[in-house]
Amino acid sequence: MWLFALPALLINVCIILIPAVLTLGAALFFWDGVGTPVWAGLANFQGLIDDPVFWSALTNNFIWTAIFLVIPMCLALVMAAALMVVPHSRIVVQSIIFLPRILAAAITGRIFQGMIFSPATGLLGWLNGHGLAIADPLADPDRSLYAVAAVDIWHWWGFLAVVFFAAMRQISIDQIEAARLDGAGFFALLRYVLLPGIRPTLALMMILTVIWSFQVFDFIYIVTQGGPAYGSEVLATYAYRHAFFAGDVGKATAAACVMSLFGLGATAMYLWLQSRDGAQAA
Amino acid sequence: MTESRLNRTLCLALIGVASFASLLPIVLAVMNALKTTVEISTNPLAPPGRLHWENFTSAWKDAALGPSLLHSVDLAGLTIILVCVTAAPCAYVLARQKGRGWRFLTFYFMASITVPVQLYLYPLYFIFAKLGLVNSIPAVALIYTAMFSPFSIFLLRTYVLSIPYALEEASEVDGATAWQKFFYVILPMMRPGLLTVAIIVGLNAWNEFVVAVTFLQNNDNLTAIVKFYGLTGQFSTDWGEMLAAAVTIALPVVLVFVLLQRRFIDGMTAGAVKS
Repeated sequence: MWLFALPALLINVCIILIPAVLTLGAALFFWDGVGTPVWAGLANFQGLIDDPVFWSALTNNFIWTAIFLVIPMCLALVMAAALMVVPHSRIVVQSIIFLPRILAAAITGRIFQGMIFSPATGLLGWLNGHGLAIADPLADPDRSLYAVAAVDIWHWWGFLAVVFFAAMRQISIDQIEAARLDGAGFFALLRYVLLPGIRPTLALMMILTVIWSFQVFDFIYIVTQGGPAYGSEVLATYAYRHAFFAGDVGKATAAACVMSLFGLGATAMYLWLQSRDGAQAA
Repeated sequence: MTESRLNRTLCLALIGVASFASLLPIVLAVMNALKTTVEISTNPLAPPGRLHWENFTSAWKDAALGPSLLHSVDLAGLTIILVCVTAAPCAYVLARQKGRGWRFLTFYFMASITVPVQLYLYPLYFIFAKLGLVNSIPAVALIYTAMFSPFSIFLLRTYVLSIPYALEEASEVDGATAWQKFFYVILPMMRPGLLTVAIIVGLNAWNEFVVAVTFLQNNDNLTAIVKFYGLTGQFSTDWGEMLAAAVTIALPVVLVFVLLQRRFIDGMTAGAVKS
């Protein structure tokens, strides 16, 4: 019977588990990727602590997490509830808001650079020419992170709305009808019937949001490469830059360990919540 | 339906605004892919006057889209095959076997879903470089298989769980071995699940960025996404051509999505709703 699981397990162990363990080990060495690794102890982690860019990257990961726990969640919940209330052309609407999710990050990133943010060819440039002066946020270290977050929100929130809508449809119709007969308005319905009804899904998506927010890489690397002036640097772009451009694999793997720690924390919290809920249900 | 008129109108307005916001960048991209750079910078919101299809022909040539799209097809195809072949039998035993070891294996695959690429990317790159596996499409397909198969295993597992055990018992009476049961009873019933897995794995492989950009650096084997990424940047000048390339690369994905949207949406939202 083990033979059935062996190929999948073998590939997984070779590609993910062994290199992941090696990452933990590599964080304890000085290594430029070419020469002989030299024992470093915790010096790479000390190097992170002494590096202000590491701290601003970590802060940006926290900002990113906060943004994604609030904005796409609220948008998606309200949208899903609206789809519950108005049944018109649900399938078409779901497909439209889901569409951004299937486009590649590289393509979406470039489209936003050229068509939305660019002062020469984009929507912002057009607004600038029509009396609404907004400077290019991608060129501003204080705003570039938010601009990239906006791109990722566009990519992500519709998917989330479709997930929440699918979960809401499993709530019994009687419950919804009863709330309406009691005169519940849109937000009362959302707050007292729909939200509690999708609690497990909501909890899962929030945990996943935390995990993914500490891993975020694609959109930032594609749109700003962490710049300008490290304004949108996060741990993943920080680690990538150190591994492949600064020749400091030790520091890169140390940063990767820190990143994973936050994901691990979120996963542990989720498992704890689940076992607690399970204990309550039993 | 006793929903108040005002509420319904507000909901409709919200849905309208949301759909508009989701479509706007896509519409702008398609529209401006047919315009000259001068036309784009004059007014990006204006529909194209004359349709400049030559953007597409020059994008096809400059971005070497022919070969790079072919590499993307190779990579996605190989990944789909590897994932289906390895995940299907694994899903079968994880659904049917009980006991400590199997529970641990399930937990292991579950945990590997949440492991960030960055935690294994760097050693993997230097190992692959030593083994001469950098710039190899099959090697990248192997990495994708590891990345995408845990999710596929859990999706297929739910399909196996929905197959009545009586069917297997019947074939046991006829003296079928475990492999025969898998091939002749389980696999045919798993087919819709395998199609969903193929679509989602194919989409992910087509769009994947960080592994592709790290492991494929040779101009002869770049995927369309990596090629596109390398040719364009914040300071690109020929946006018409760039957008034409973007539209070309995204078109196959969008076409499959339009044809099989139910499967896309159900497959991608699966784990989140039922857990």
